[in-house]
Amino acid sequence: MSTQEEEKLGKVYDATLVRRLMPFILAYKKQATLALLMILLASAFQIITPKLTQIGIDDYIQHNDLAGLRIIIAVFIGVLVLGFFTRLAEMYTMEWIGQHIMFDLRQKIFGHLQHLSLTFFNRNPVGRLMTRVTNDVEALNELFTSGMVAIFGDILTLIGILSIMFYMNWKLTLATMLVLPLLFIITIIFKIKVREAFRAIRTRIARINSYLQENISGMMVVQLFNRERKNFIEFDKLNRDHLDAYLKTIFYFAVFYPAVDIIGALSTGLIIWYGGIKILAGQLSFGELVAFIQYAIMFYRPISDLSEKFNILQSAMAASERIFSILDQKQEEGHAESEMETSPHLRGEIEFSDVWFAYKDDNWVLKDVSFVIEPGEKIAIVGATGAGKSTIINLLGRFYTIQRGKILLDGQNIDSYGLQHLRRNIGIVLQDVFMFAGTVADNIRLGNSQISDEKIRQAAKDVNALGFIEKLPCGFDERLIERGATLSVGQRQLLAFARALAFDPAILILDEATSNIDTETEILIQAALQRLTENRTSIIIAHRLSTIQHVDRIIAMHHGEVREIGTHEQLLAKNGLYSRLYRLQFSAEQSANTPIETPVI
Amino acid sequence: MLESSRKAQLYSIIPYLKKYKKSILLGFVFILLTNAIGIFEPYVLKQAIDALQGEITSKRLFLFGLAILGVVIAEGFFLYLTRQTLIVMSRFIEYDLRNDFLQHLQKMSQRFFHKFSTGDLMARATNDLNAVRSLVGPGIMYSSNTIILFIGATTMMLLLSPALTMYALIPFPIMVLVVYKLMGKVHDIFKEAQEQFSKITTHAQENISGIRVVKAYVQEEREKRYFDQLNQGYIEINLRLVKIRGILWASMSFFSGTGVLLILWIGGSKVAAGEITLGVLVAFFALLGRMTWPMIALGWVINLTQQGIASMGRINEIRYAQPDIATAAEADLNITSILGEIEFRNVSFQYQGQPVLQDINLKIPCGKTLAIVGPVGSGKSTLINLIPRLLDATGGSVLIDGRPIRDIPLDVLRRHIGYTPQETFLFSETIRSNIAFGMGDASANQYEEAAQISQIHDEIAALPQTYETLLGERGINLSGGQKQRIAISRAVIRKPSILLLDDALSSVDTYTEEEILSRLRQLMKDRTSVIVSHRISTIREADEIIVLHDGKIVERGDHQHLLKIDGIYADLFRKQQLELELETL
Ligand SMILES: Nc1ncnc2c1ncn2[C@@H]1O[C@H](COP(=O)(O)OP(=O)(O)OP(=O)(O)O)[C@@H](O)[C@H]1O
Ligand SMILES: Nc1ncnc2c1ncn2[C@@H]1O[C@H](COP(=O)(O)OP(=O)(O)OP(=O)(O)O)[C@@H](O)[C@H]1O
Ligand SMILES: [Mg+2]
Ligand SMILES: [Mg+2]
Repeated sequence: MSTQEEEKLGKVYDATLVRRLMPFILAYKKQATLALLMILLASAFQIITPKLTQIGIDDYIQHNDLAGLRIIIAVFIGVLVLGFFTRLAEMYTMEWIGQHIMFDLRQKIFGHLQHLSLTFFNRNPVGRLMTRVTNDVEALNELFTSGMVAIFGDILTLIGILSIMFYMNWKLTLATMLVLPLLFIITIIFKIKVREAFRAIRTRIARINSYLQENISGMMVVQLFNRERKNFIEFDKLNRDHLDAYLKTIFYFAVFYPAVDIIGALSTGLIIWYGGIKILAGQLSFGELVAFIQYAIMFYRPISDLSEKFNILQSAMAASERIFSILDQKQEEGHAESEMETSPHLRGEIEFSDVWFAYKDDNWVLKDVSFVIEPGEKIAIVGATGAGKSTIINLLGRFYTIQRGKILLDGQNIDSYGLQHLRRNIGIVLQDVFMFAGTVADNIRLGNSQISDEKIRQAAKDVNALGFIEKLPCGFDERLIERGATLSVGQRQLLAFARALAFDPAILILDEATSNIDTETEILIQAALQRLTENRTSIIIAHRLSTIQHVDRIIAMHHGEVREIGTHEQLLAKNGLYSRLYRLQFSAEQSANTPIETPVI
Repeated sequence: MLESSRKAQLYSIIPYLKKYKKSILLGFVFILLTNAIGIFEPYVLKQAIDALQGEITSKRLFLFGLAILGVVIAEGFFLYLTRQTLIVMSRFIEYDLRNDFLQHLQKMSQRFFHKFSTGDLMARATNDLNAVRSLVGPGIMYSSNTIILFIGATTMMLLLSPALTMYALIPFPIMVLVVYKLMGKVHDIFKEAQEQFSKITTHAQENISGIRVVKAYVQEEREKRYFDQLNQGYIEINLRLVKIRGILWASMSFFSGTGVLLILWIGGSKVAAGEITLGVLVAFFALLGRMTWPMIALGWVINLTQQGIASMGRINEIRYAQPDIATAAEADLNITSILGEIEFRNVSFQYQGQPVLQDINLKIPCGKTLAIVGPVGSGKSTLINLIPRLLDATGGSVLIDGRPIRDIPLDVLRRHIGYTPQETFLFSETIRSNIAFGMGDASANQYEEAAQISQIHDEIAALPQTYETLLGERGINLSGGQKQRIAISRAVIRKPSILLLDDALSSVDTYTEEEILSRLRQLMKDRTSVIVSHRISTIREADEIIVLHDGKIVERGDHQHLLKIDGIYADLFRKQQLELELETL
């Protein structure tokens, strides 16, 4: 995220955040009402005790009435027991709500993430997004459980205390509360300072997590290139920044905490002085004085304890800013299922017409690309690395939106298809193979329960993966780890290939799907592919020209432009880009055939 | 039994604390002073109340008020210092722990990373670390505060009225008992919760990393459902924890209320009987009032402690994992460089009992090239990984320059190897720092030369920010072949004694491949290289070619020799030829 965005985040006010969090709370109206009731009761029971003490002192102890005192004691016991249960109920309902809200939020963010565009994911490191889904939500949880609720309870308690104090003696109450404005000012200053620091913390922890996550994923490279020390120093710097941000908040808290205590003591001092004078004047009883002192303590306790909760609250607010900034990201369009469901299977006619595309600004990656692929046709795309082959695939699956031109599928603009429908009809073997932790079968089937075990087996057989899968201790039920790291790279590629076949798509796209696979296996796959691509539109991207020998037509690309389109023979005759590529490969093989007298080295 | 393991986890924090001995000591002193001073506030109160019952001027009353303020200001000063030492210390420990965590991970081999997923490790480095931090910070601060306050308050009570003190303290033993009972449960459930949290993190991590596949195969809904399940499990565990926390919390306020009750009752009777003054009673109330919050906090602290211990256990699982590949004890530290002769003697390798390599015998003299071909999964990468010791052979021995590989310090060995792994991994840094990754500070000449060798220089130069272009994670904003070529630059910039290319040209077109190879030959004239490839064109000029099949060398020799013996290699060669001839038809 740029600093600019960070700045903008800074303008979000608590009120806005709370307003946005409200719907999540309102989903549990009943429970929240119950919790509120419990808080009210618990606060009432708490507030009542000093009053009981006062009555005890004034009416009974001062008058030597032990029988009367016993009544007060009995009431006191009742209050305590009831207090215990209400507190328990309060805590449980509050936390229950908190947990459920957290659940909802986490679900919501995760769900939202699923539908964000790849542009978003290209910009945001995995570690940062993970921090949002996990840690930030966790921080928010505390807002609902220990924070918001408790603070709400505290505020109610404070109001209760104030009312009872006013009821007992309003003048003394006013005197006691003289210091309140001071408290306000301090709190506000504190809040501003601490929020800044917490924002810094949130950003920095996300940085640490991103760095850590990247280093864990790439640890092998780090080790191979002796980068341990250097990366550690880098990490240390991030860690140190995070620490520094925290040290600032600690300082603010260390000041705020005693400051509240001191203000509380100022009140107590005022009670003693002013209250004492009143007693001397006979306008106040001892019991009332004692009760007032107790109330003053009770009054400032939650406030100084509020500073502890502020910790939680501020951190949670900073977290929710980040969370909402994700929820505010626009999703890919076209997720509304429903439209275009009428034709379940596409014919597979593809047309690119004057397509211009850039990943960023106007760094055109595709320039005025036009071509037509007939239904059932097999097309190869060739071209040097970086020519824009994978980009064409990305556009066809609508992972990015084009800037100019049109892409048509069966004569309709692809924008008019529902995204899910569109993608369900396209089976892509991505150039970068990705395996999930889970069984081999799961990795082929993914979540599609309609794909039977039989079909999985067949797909594995078609890509010639059956051999190695059956050799695994548990066969198709063998558990793979993250990214399939316990398989060889070629084996993973075969599984990714099988995955695409198992989904039986209308359009099959192979982006370098056999680049890590030996010739022997590839030939076997070719045979199966012949059968599988019959009457199925397919696009094959490959550098090894032998891979594309059975295609109908070839598109040769160069620097984002379509240079040549035609059959193998046509292009050879053209004597252009393709024929150059072809001769090169051919002659490489040829020269290998001729005995080498002197090594070329 | 469980007790002792918990103790062990707790003790494992001590080394971290030791570093901050002074802070801790100071912190204790500050807590002591805070409480020693604070305890006088109730005393002043008592004096004031007692004085009020006699003759007193308003000026003296004012002084009492002032005294209270003075006491609290002094107390507050030390409270400030306490937080500034103890909480600050806890953040430093968090910092130390986090640094140690990464440093430890850096020592671990691939086997370890196959056992612990990235998400799991991340969860430990964030959530668990946090829990430990809370244990050493607020945990220590509040618990020592509670204890010292307890002692101080008791002393003050004893001074004021020994008889009443007894009653005031009655609730505490019961409280301790309740706490003790609940403590163990918190620990276990919390551990469960953290484990579930790890699962959530892991899933989120995988999902986000694999988002391209998720989208391509329209798996969003299923991913959500699965996440939902994990999430559900998490709140169920948490709600169990909540029950216990609720009981702890509620009973703490119950017990402190009981204290007030007893004082009112017994103390009240005593006042009525004239045994103690009203001031003493008020002082007792004030003292108990001071203890209420720390006692309630005690429940919270216990919760923290148990969580911290459980989390420390989870962090220790990582910290205590032994690096299985490291500079060996017998390593000769005098070795500072290597020439590049590689020898495999009867090498075998197995993953958990599954043999992958068997009876590998090889000798690559300095400056020569070995090529490896073989079907998918035949053990090519495994063999290559034995050279930089990403794996250690399970049988036989690997020798470099005629010495067992374990004699060479690990960092020296790796420093002289340039490796382009089969799977490209780039970092989200600039292109320049990715190429110069293993070099410390490389000059522009150096990285441009490396980029030229791998034929990527022109493409980089055409980018708006050229070498300073920032890459996304794993180099996401590059094409497949571009990534691979940067990875090759990263290896060759080191001018390594040994160059390892594991199928490193698979995403590159033939034309570019030829260009790269011819430049590499130039560079590698006097260096040893091992090349894995599926294309005969890439490897035919190697000094020796081996054909691996199911982990065994089934054919070996140079190109001509292999054609002559007319085996697998010759067949492969013919097939690659045949395809091309087919095309010419
Ligand atoms: N996500 C992205 N953001 C910015 N630029 C990108 C992104 N992906 C690719 N590019 C750039 O677009 C150009 C075309 O990339 P593309 O992946 O389409 O090439 P390709 O033809 O598939 O190459 P290869 O054969 O190497 O896979 C390249 O110059 C690449 O650097
Ligand atoms: N970490 C691991 N744990 C268990 N088995 C593994 C592990 N890594 C690889 N294997 C298995 O060891 C065998 C050899 O793998 P290796 O990666 O060496 O193959 P390869 O020859 O490089 O194949 P490819 O051409 O596909 O890259 C494979 O069957 C693979 O499944
Ligand atoms: Mg590509
Ligand atoms: Mg391999």
